[in-house]
Amino acid sequence: MSLEFTAEATKKIQALCERYPTKKPVVMAALHLAQKEHGHLGDDALQLVARTLELPLAHVYGVATFYTMYRREPAGQNILRVCTNISCMLRGAYDVLEAFEQRLGVKKGGTAGKFTIVEEECIAACANAPAVICGTQYYLDVTPDQVGRIVDELRAEPHPEGEVV
Amino acid sequence: MPADRNTKLVTAHFGNPDAKTLAGYERLGGYQRLRKALGMKPEEITAEVKASNLRGRGGAGFATGMKWSFVPRDAKTVHLVCNADESEPGTCKDREMIFWDPHLLIEGMVISAYALRATHNYIYIRGEMMREVVVLQKAIDEAYQRGYLGANILGSGFECHLTVHRGAGAYICGEETALLNSLEGERGQPRLKPPFPAVKGLFGNPTIVNNVETLMNVPFIVDKGGAWFAELGVGRSGGTRTVCVSGHVNKPGVYELPMSITMRELIDDVAGGVWKGRKVKAVIPGGTSMPPLDESELDVLCEFDALMTDERIKPVEVLPGQLFDMGGGRNLRTMAGSGGVVVMDDETDIPMAVWRIMKFYAHESCGQCTPCREGTGWLEKVARRVAHGEGKPGDIDLMATIAHGIAGNTICALGEAAAWPMMGFITKFRGDFLAKIKGAAA
Repeated sequence: MSLEFTAEATKKIQALCERYPTKKPVVMAALHLAQKEHGHLGDDALQLVARTLELPLAHVYGVATFYTMYRREPAGQNILRVCTNISCMLRGAYDVLEAFEQRLGVKKGGTAGKFTIVEEECIAACANAPAVICGTQYYLDVTPDQVGRIVDELRAEPHPEGEVV
Repeated sequence: MPADRNTKLVTAHFGNPDAKTLAGYERLGGYQRLRKALGMKPEEITAEVKASNLRGRGGAGFATGMKWSFVPRDAKTVHLVCNADESEPGTCKDREMIFWDPHLLIEGMVISAYALRATHNYIYIRGEMMREVVVLQKAIDEAYQRGYLGANILGSGFECHLTVHRGAGAYICGEETALLNSLEGERGQPRLKPPFPAVKGLFGNPTIVNNVETLMNVPFIVDKGGAWFAELGVGRSGGTRTVCVSGHVNKPGVYELPMSITMRELIDDVAGGVWKGRKVKAVIPGGTSMPPLDESELDVLCEFDALMTDERIKPVEVLPGQLFDMGGGRNLRTMAGSGGVVVMDDETDIPMAVWRIMKFYAHESCGQCTPCREGTGWLEKVARRVAHGEGKPGDIDLMATIAHGIAGNTICALGEAAAWPMMGFITKFRGDFLAKIKGAAA
């Protein structure tokens, strides 16, 4: 069965199409919306975007697989983006990453229940390293002993990335 | 008058939640400079920006007024694009500026768009900056409601639209032509230059791509004049310098400072000195793409030209005794880059830090050019084994020659971004790499 966008997403896509001379630039926003509504970007979600914007499926596939925030596989509600790049690494980010892995019982890249752990490249919060983001929520100056509290908070109140779209 | 440490332009509203709302921003004097600008001729604004010595705050430090003047005079459709794809490791100023002062960015963009006669304009923001996307979109919606954006801005007849275009995770989209491809709905792969975007950019039209901080400086130039802005700075660099200090210091932070401050003052006075009572080993002066400074090189100014030309900074070598040639016999010292200052103390494992930097570039290479795609992968592999005590004799020169084979041979500067720090760290910290390799052989 083919997927559909909700009326709200359709309206957003139509409004965005007015902001560009063609429909093609809207592909990135449409992929974000498809991911929000369908959890990940399986083949059927890519077909939905291609059909909606009248683009070749191959083009949509090419875009979806170029950018790291688009997921071809399902993920947890909370995507924990743990920065380990230089500024965070210098202040113990790998210990923080390991603490998340131990707490959730899954390695980076993996999903455990409501959580997916991503080893993230620099998230522009270097002055508060180590930094972790989950949706619109920032966790700054994180130490391994705060990891349990962060997980508990997010378990109670998830911050899905889709809330932004 | 030169800026002092209390001169705050682009960070003046940090910590003040009022500035985020349109009403609060107006109370702080917001959008008055837009009113003034709309009473000027577009050419007059460009002339002030030229006179201001404003230089691009994204990395290259190119003169903003000069860039604007490359747009052909008879162009029918022009675009202004704000590069808010801040992702150079060590850099965290643009995100903070958008978060605390979104209307200053909008005001700067509308003024700049008026100077460029650009109607349909875009802010390309990093996909991961989810909180900032929300803040920015809210501010734009408010600005439309109050007539600071839209069809007839403040009754001037000038039409200006701003659209937030959200990325989805790709460092390369901070490169301006990759950004334009991404804005057009393509994979974010850089374009060959020429043509430069100012001549043929977004949708084939002349396009100016400017960094967040660059655009946020424009209202001050309109308000107080280009000459005033130029005098704040040093030499050919006008205004203040916003740096992001991270790593092994007591007070990491985003600091707006005079161009005349030295790296040593920045670390010791502003950032509270090196943590744990240790000493500096290495400092990356402007994001990880830039070659590092060692402890003996910290008395140079944190200014664009000083970091490129001050002879107290040892030039980067390919191999011992063989200077790296940037073309035309020019030496590479370092650059002010994006303002990301990363401080490493004297207990830092330099080969490990370099491996992490190489891992980043290998991950972010877009794959278009062979020297970068293959070269960054090999740099990461060799750096990894050296860092983890499995290095082989000859690995140091191997890394340096791979890096040398990338630099200058790719469409965009991501190749240099990986090659320069590799050669730079080896030039200044060869002993650290040697010790790891000797340890591996023992």
